[in-house]
Amino acid sequence: MTEIQAGPGAAVAAAPVSGDVPAIELDNVVKEYVSHGEVVQAVKGVSLAIAEGEFFSLLGPSGCGKTTSMRMIAGFEDPTQGVVRLHGEDVTNVPPNKRDINMVFQSYALFPHMNVWDNVAFGLKRKKVPDTEIKRRVGEILEVVDLVGREKRRPKEMSGGQQQRVALARALVNRPRALLLDEPLGALDLKLRQAMQIELKRIQREVGLTFVYVTHDQSEALTMSDRIAVMHDGLVEQLADPREIYERPASKFVAGFIGTSNLLSGTVQQVTGDTAVLALGASDRILIPADGALAAGATVDLTVRPEKIKIAKDQPEGDLSVVRGTVAEVVYLGTYNSYVVVLGDGAEITVFEQNAHDSTITAERGDTVWLSWQPWHSYALR
Amino acid sequence: MSRLRASLTPYLLLFPGTLWLAIFFVIPTVVMLSLSLQSGDVVNGYAFTFNWHSYVDGISTYHDQIIRSLVYGLFSTLIQIVIGFPVAYWIAFKGGSRKSVYLFLLLLPFLVSFVLRTISWQFFLSDNGMLLGPLKSMGLVPQDFHILATSAAVIGGLAYNFLPFMILPMYVALERIDPRVLEAAQDLYASKVQTFLRVVLPLSLPGVFAGVLMTFVPATSDYVNASVLGGTSNTMIGNVIQNQFLINQDYPTASALSFTLMALLLVGIFAYARALGTEDVLEVAAR
Ligand SMILES: Nc1ncnc2c1ncn2[C@@H]1O[C@H](COP(=O)(O)OP(=O)(O)OP(=O)(O)O)[C@@H](O)[C@H]1O
Ligand SMILES: [Mg+2]
Repeated sequence: MTEIQAGPGAAVAAAPVSGDVPAIELDNVVKEYVSHGEVVQAVKGVSLAIAEGEFFSLLGPSGCGKTTSMRMIAGFEDPTQGVVRLHGEDVTNVPPNKRDINMVFQSYALFPHMNVWDNVAFGLKRKKVPDTEIKRRVGEILEVVDLVGREKRRPKEMSGGQQQRVALARALVNRPRALLLDEPLGALDLKLRQAMQIELKRIQREVGLTFVYVTHDQSEALTMSDRIAVMHDGLVEQLADPREIYERPASKFVAGFIGTSNLLSGTVQQVTGDTAVLALGASDRILIPADGALAAGATVDLTVRPEKIKIAKDQPEGDLSVVRGTVAEVVYLGTYNSYVVVLGDGAEITVFEQNAHDSTITAERGDTVWLSWQPWHSYALR
Repeated sequence: MSRLRASLTPYLLLFPGTLWLAIFFVIPTVVMLSLSLQSGDVVNGYAFTFNWHSYVDGISTYHDQIIRSLVYGLFSTLIQIVIGFPVAYWIAFKGGSRKSVYLFLLLLPFLVSFVLRTISWQFFLSDNGMLLGPLKSMGLVPQDFHILATSAAVIGGLAYNFLPFMILPMYVALERIDPRVLEAAQDLYASKVQTFLRVVLPLSLPGVFAGVLMTFVPATSDYVNASVLGGTSNTMIGNVIQNQFLINQDYPTASALSFTLMALLLVGIFAYARALGTEDVLEVAAR
C-alpha cells in the first residue's frame, strides 16, 4: 500500500518507502470541539497514510489543526468522525497507553518530581521490562542524546535544550513503532535548533523509525521531511515531497506559505505549441507551459520563485517571460541580493540575485530594470 | 537617592508586618514565658521566681488531655485528607471554567462564625435532634444512643471546621499540575491508576503537607469543639488552658501548658517536615 490520499483536491504523491501496510493512517478524520456552545471544527476531514520508516511532517500556520491531528493519532482526542489505524489495525477507540507509539510534547511535559533517569525509565517500568534491561537501555539512550552524567538532575535544573533531549530519550527508549513530535524544537534558539534538527534526522535514520513531525517552520519541514502535508484551516492542502511542494505548490495558499513567492495573474492571449502567452502590458509578457487546460481568454494565477528570475538593465533576448519595472528596494544579504521591483500595474516582484562573483549590485533604487525567467518557471496555480 | 530608596525598599515592605508581629506576637509570648515561670496566687499577686513547678505539675496533672489533643488532632487531620483530597482533585481537574464557583461554595459555610457553626452541629447531633430524633422514633437506633459528648463528635467537629484549610493547599498543588504531564504518563503506558499513583499523588504531596500543617496545629490546640460537642469527658488541652486562664486565673499553669503544647507541636512539625518535606520523598514516591 503506497497510495496516499490527501484532503479534498490535494495532490496525490507516492510514499517514498514501500511497505505493505502504512504505519499510520487517518481515514477521513474530523474533530469538532464545542466551546462556549459553538461547534468548532478543528480538523475537517483529513486522510493520510504514513509509511513505515518515513519522516512525515505536518506543516501549517497556527490553529490549522496540526496538534489536533497528532493528538488523535496518539489517542488523546477521539475523532468526531473517521478512523485512525496503526499498522493496519483500527485503534480509534484504543486508549493512549495501549498504543505502541510515543509522543514528544511541545512543552516537553517531563515529570517534574523525577530526575532524568526516572523520567527516561518511566515507560519501560510500566511495560514491566526487567531491571537489568532497563538499566542497559536507559544508559544507552542517554548516551545517544548526550546526557550521560546528568542522570540525577531534575528537569528544572536543566536548560531547554537538555530538557528537550530528555523528552526525546524518554520516548525513544521504548522503541515505539512510531514517534510523534509536536514542534519539539520550538523553544530552542536558532543554533541549538539546527543542531537538533541534524541530530533528530540522524536518530531517525539510524533507528529507522517512523516520525510524524509537527512544525510551523517551513524551512525545518523542507530540510528534514520525506513528505510534507501542508495543512490549512483543518484540511490538507497539499501532500507531497519537499521538492514538489516547493516547486509545484498546489494552491495559492501553499505557494504563499512556503518560501518567498511572487503571485501574478493575467489573461491568456494566445497558445503556441506547448506555451501559453500572457500579456501584462505593452512590452511585458509571461510565458507559461500550456498543459492543454489553458485556452485563449482564460485567467491564470501563477507563481515564480525569486531565485529563478534574472534582473538586467537591458531588455533580454529569447523565448523568456519578460517584464519591466522599477526597483523599489535593494537589500544586501551576504550570499545574495534581494530586490523588490514594482511593475507597471503595481504588482510587486521579489528577485534574489546570487553574489557569485563580486558583490556588485546590478541596479539601484529607482532604476528601471528588466526581469526575465524561463517559461517552465512560471507555475500555474489552480 | 534612588539607590538609597532601592536598598530601603525591602525593609519598608517588611515594616508593617514586623511591627504587627512584634506587638501582637513577640511581646505577649515573652510575657507569657515569664508568667509560666512565676509563682504566687491571684490574691497576693505573682512574682518571677524561675519556678519550674508549673511545668512539672501541669504535665503530670493534664497529660491525659495533652495526649487526647494530639490524638484528636491527628484523627481529624486524617479524616480531612480522606474527605478533602477527592474534593480538591475534582475541582482542580474536572471543575472546568467553574472552578472559582466551587471554591466559593466550599468557603460559603465559613462566612458564618466558627462558634455558631459548631453550635449548630450541636443542635443537629443532639440526643433527640434533627439527626437522631427521627432515627430513634423509627426505631433504627436505640433510645440511649448518643453522638454528642463522644470523642467522635469532637473529632468530627474538628474535621469539619478546618476542612477548607486542608482542601485549599491541596487544590493549589493539584491545579498546578500540567495536564500534559498526565498525558505523557498515559503515553508512556501508565494506566489511569498508575498515572494517579506515580504522578498526581507525588506532585500533590507539597499541598497535602501544607494542608496538614494548617489543620493539625489549630485542631490540636482547639477548645471550642471539645466544649460544645464533647461534654465533660472529652476535654482537650485547649479547654484546660482556657479554664486556668479565665476561670481559675492560675496564669503560671496556663502559660506553662501553652508552652508545653507549643513545644510538642514544634517538635512534631520539624520531625514531619524532615520526613515528608524533602524532595527525596517525591522521588521515592515516584518509583
Ligand atoms: N480543546 C479545544 N476546545 C476548543 N477548540 C479547540 C480545542 N483545541 C483546539 N481547538 C481549536 O482547534 C483549532 C486547531 O487547533 P490546533 O491546536 O490543532 O492547532 P495547531 O495547528 O496545532 O496550531 P499551533 O501551531 O498554534 O500549535 C484551533 O482553532 C483551536 O482554537
Ligand atoms: Mg500545536
